[in-house]
Amino acid sequence: MADVTHGVAGPVPMPDHDDVELYHPKSWITRYVFSQDAKVIAIQYSMTALAIGLVALVLSWLMRMQLAFPGFLTFIDANFYYQLITMHGMIMVIYLLTALFLGGFGNYLIPLMLGARDMVFPYVNMLSFWIYFLAVLVLVGGFFVAGGPTGAGWTLYPPQAILANTPGQQSGIIIMLVSLMLFIIGFTMGGLNYVVTVLQGRCKGMTLMRMPLTIWGIFTATVMALLAFPALFVGAVMMLLDRLIGTSFFMPSIVAMGERLAYKGGSPILFQHLFWFFGHPEVYIVALPAFGIVSDLISTHARKNIFGYRMMVWALVGIGALSFVVWAHHMYVSGMHPAFGFFFATTTLIIAIPTAIKVYNWVLTLWRGDIHLTLPMLFALAFIVTFVNGGLTGLFLGNVVVDVPLSDTMFVVAHFHMVMGVAPILVIFGAIYHWYPKITGRMLDDTLGKLHFWITFLGAYAIFFPMHYIGLMGVPRRYHEMGEMAFVPPSTVDLNIFITVVALIVGAAQLVFLFNLIWSLRRGRPAGGNPWRATTLEWQTPQTPPAHGNWGKELPVVYRWAYDYSVPGAAQDFLPQNQPPDPRLA
Amino acid sequence: MNEVLPSTAHSEAAASSGLPGIVQDWSSDRQAFKHVSWGKAMMWVFLLSDTFVFATFLISYMTVRMSTTVPWPNPSEVFALEIAGHHLPLILIAIMTFVLISSSGTMAMAVNFGYRRDRRKTAILMLVTALLGAAFVGMQAFEWTKLISEGVRPWGNPWGADQFGASFFMITGFHGTHVTIGVIFLFIIARKVWRGDFDQGRRGFFTSRKGHYEIVEITGLYWHFVDLVWVFIFALFYLW
Repeated sequence: MADVTHGVAGPVPMPDHDDVELYHPKSWITRYVFSQDAKVIAIQYSMTALAIGLVALVLSWLMRMQLAFPGFLTFIDANFYYQLITMHGMIMVIYLLTALFLGGFGNYLIPLMLGARDMVFPYVNMLSFWIYFLAVLVLVGGFFVAGGPTGAGWTLYPPQAILANTPGQQSGIIIMLVSLMLFIIGFTMGGLNYVVTVLQGRCKGMTLMRMPLTIWGIFTATVMALLAFPALFVGAVMMLLDRLIGTSFFMPSIVAMGERLAYKGGSPILFQHLFWFFGHPEVYIVALPAFGIVSDLISTHARKNIFGYRMMVWALVGIGALSFVVWAHHMYVSGMHPAFGFFFATTTLIIAIPTAIKVYNWVLTLWRGDIHLTLPMLFALAFIVTFVNGGLTGLFLGNVVVDVPLSDTMFVVAHFHMVMGVAPILVIFGAIYHWYPKITGRMLDDTLGKLHFWITFLGAYAIFFPMHYIGLMGVPRRYHEMGEMAFVPPSTVDLNIFITVVALIVGAAQLVFLFNLIWSLRRGRPAGGNPWRATTLEWQTPQTPPAHGNWGKELPVVYRWAYDYSVPGAAQDFLPQNQPPDPRLA
Repeated sequence: MNEVLPSTAHSEAAASSGLPGIVQDWSSDRQAFKHVSWGKAMMWVFLLSDTFVFATFLISYMTVRMSTTVPWPNPSEVFALEIAGHHLPLILIAIMTFVLISSSGTMAMAVNFGYRRDRRKTAILMLVTALLGAAFVGMQAFEWTKLISEGVRPWGNPWGADQFGASFFMITGFHGTHVTIGVIFLFIIARKVWRGDFDQGRRGFFTSRKGHYEIVEITGLYWHFVDLVWVFIFALFYLW
């Protein structure tokens, strides 16, 4: 078998794949705590993310209680409500979704799906997790300091983020910014690993255009994150300086309480630009891995090759690139030149094209497929409809003239929860139901799973559909109670109560999921190596769960793309990527 | 896309140059950048990310400089020194720039000798690079001290916009930190080269992997990057 990588350039032999040895853990600590195995790191990332996600879930319950029954929970005042929205948003977007998709699924799936033994730099990968863990601890620490966590809103807009009378101004905001900086440092370490493993660490025969779309999604998202997080990092550094030593990067001259503050001459809009230059790509950092995973779930569970694989790849890359030139559509009401509004509205709407390509291709993959309504498939289908719904309201909000009246209403809340809250989380659930058998060797319980699915899916719609209506009625976001407002009809009050009741139920349904995760660990039906009869490499490992080093003695060799399902004339309805071509068919 | 042997999957064939070569490499298996080690690839990707950090710092500085309503202090005068009775604008910055650019030269030579496995010369040149870098940081410390003694603070200065001091300390501080980290790494790697770690295949303390002379080049990439960033800081902060 010819091999292209064995040429030697220059007098020094290049450390090629074969030359790199695996790190072998010698003790329990190095095996399970400070582990350098990407699979263990993936589970550490996922568990931490899910744990902090539960905190965010409880925060959302408290918010819903306050909105539906103001004054019922007496410990929620306006300040605490702001702290709730801030922490809920930050945790969900960054510490749960980003960490789970890239740190969790990225770590587990990249080496396995590419036929590698591990990430390229396991030691850096280990550091990545522990710095992330530290970031989470610092974040949680915000709840226990004087004044509590910051209540600046998850966008942390200055000047209010660091002015007196904003909750958490004493230390909460400092803790938030430090935690974000730690997260970015930790993520960068992991991200470098993911990118270099995809580019340089694939097995024989695995070309870029044979990679499963899951890997394409994670890879594109990681590249984007490496380019977008610097803006947040710099913004955090500058705001920290403003808060701690009194620089005026973001702080204009301000008179507060009849007193002129020392700040002068800074630009609050600059922070908004920095934040959204990170913030908009962040939406797709969360969405692209979900796109990739859902493509694989659909193809596997409909026993059909993905429709338009190349277009799917280019759509991912195109969305990734476009998402860097749309950020100011979050700032239409901040005041900008109409020409810029026109530009950003146009780029925003152009993103609908590659996104629509993806949706069409998913639907065309399902078309006349042999659809198995397994749990991963149910979640994948739920994702498609939810994403389309959320995306359509995005067309409203992307237009300047429509956005201006809708901005800062519950309509926006409903939109982004639908498109980047519910939709990616449905994929996370689907992905966990799909890969849990590989990770643990046992199936998750189907009945509990169906219960979890239907409550979550229908519940999410019951929560967020009425919320669009509330927003159209003019209910503003971030108000801890409405009080007497003539322009808001009483129906919105009833709807708020309805939403809260459903939110409590949907939240509680997640306990079913958690119970399922723990219960199935021991009691689940043994899964075997490839329960879904899938083609991708992670299902072809010699052991399940995959052992240290993933592949036994020999690395797999890839002969085909990841979507050979229902190939005419083949003995079974799927051909694993590492199955050599049948000489009779040639 | 189906049923293609790896050997025929675009790979093999004589390596083409130019655009077809790039296409060939990217459509091949295993590695997109042929003969580029993991470490070197990782450093390049990191530098790409770090470029965005510095670019954002500089763009933010330019934004506040343009949006502030108070005049910006004249850098030529602020960074002038009186030497032997002569008033020399930007003289210290010129020397600093010269020192840092020179250190890139010695670094490049160290990389060259590293690939020739010339242990002594590599280590000495890396030490020289590190010392030049340390001299740069030292002069920066002097510059900071001078400005602070003249009343420049992150929140204000005697000559104009508050953001002058804020941007100055933030950007040069961030760059100086990069240089300092580079100096520390140069010392560590120079010691390893001197001790012959890469000739004996000695294992690293943290990663327990064997080192290669290539690490000299990877350190060099970082070092040249830090130099290049300085050129932009020099042009956009001091000369503008």
